[in-house]
Amino acid sequence: MSIVILASLVLMTLALCLAFVRLYLGPSLPDRVVALELFSSMIVGIIGVVAIATDVPSLLDVAIVMALMAFMAAIGFARFLERGGPRDD
Amino acid sequence: MIEMLKGSLILVGAIFMFLAALGLVRLPDLLTRMHATTKAATLGASLIMLAVALHFGEVAVVARALGVILFIMMTAPVAAHVIGRAGYFVGSRLWHGTVKDELRPNYDPLTHELKSGLETEANAVHQPRENDPK
Repeated sequence: MSIVILASLVLMTLALCLAFVRLYLGPSLPDRVVALELFSSMIVGIIGVVAIATDVPSLLDVAIVMALMAFMAAIGFARFLERGGPRDD
Repeated sequence: MIEMLKGSLILVGAIFMFLAALGLVRLPDLLTRMHATTKAATLGASLIMLAVALHFGEVAVVARALGVILFIMMTAPVAAHVIGRAGYFVGSRLWHGTVKDELRPNYDPLTHELKSGLETEANAVHQPRENDPK
């Protein structure tokens, strides 16, 4: 079991690094917002794996809050982009 | 048995998340990137939450895990729609291989007006409303 947890944590860390690459490159602001969305759902997954590894079910509350905050952040960013963001073209 | 199921759920979920990040880096434009992240990452997080529910097996934890799955499944399409709409308004470019852009002939980026295809003379007459400025 521990090797499965280790492998999945390594995979998700690599995925976080790839998302960081897109966050750094991202040609426009919406691309970066998409990368942030992906961060949050990957962090939900990582929290789930850590909860299994450490046998602490309370960590799920953190995952719930994380998902909620990510949704709010996406809505807020989109609102900002539509109302006052700079145009690319 | 449950151990094996749990382990495979965790691994498959992690692989799906990795695929989502790979798609985020490799795909050419905003909409295809969103296609990768919303579907694959949602599926990955849901599978891992299923594994959590299997691992603990208590009512409170299972309910919370299913709540997380439900919440993610409900909010991911909404967030993707909102971001895609904002991206189109901001003017992010589509991939040069895009076959069809249904909005381009019908949408005016300056006035934010969208044609519906029902623009006839009768429909164009202004219908006064109660709170119109006089």
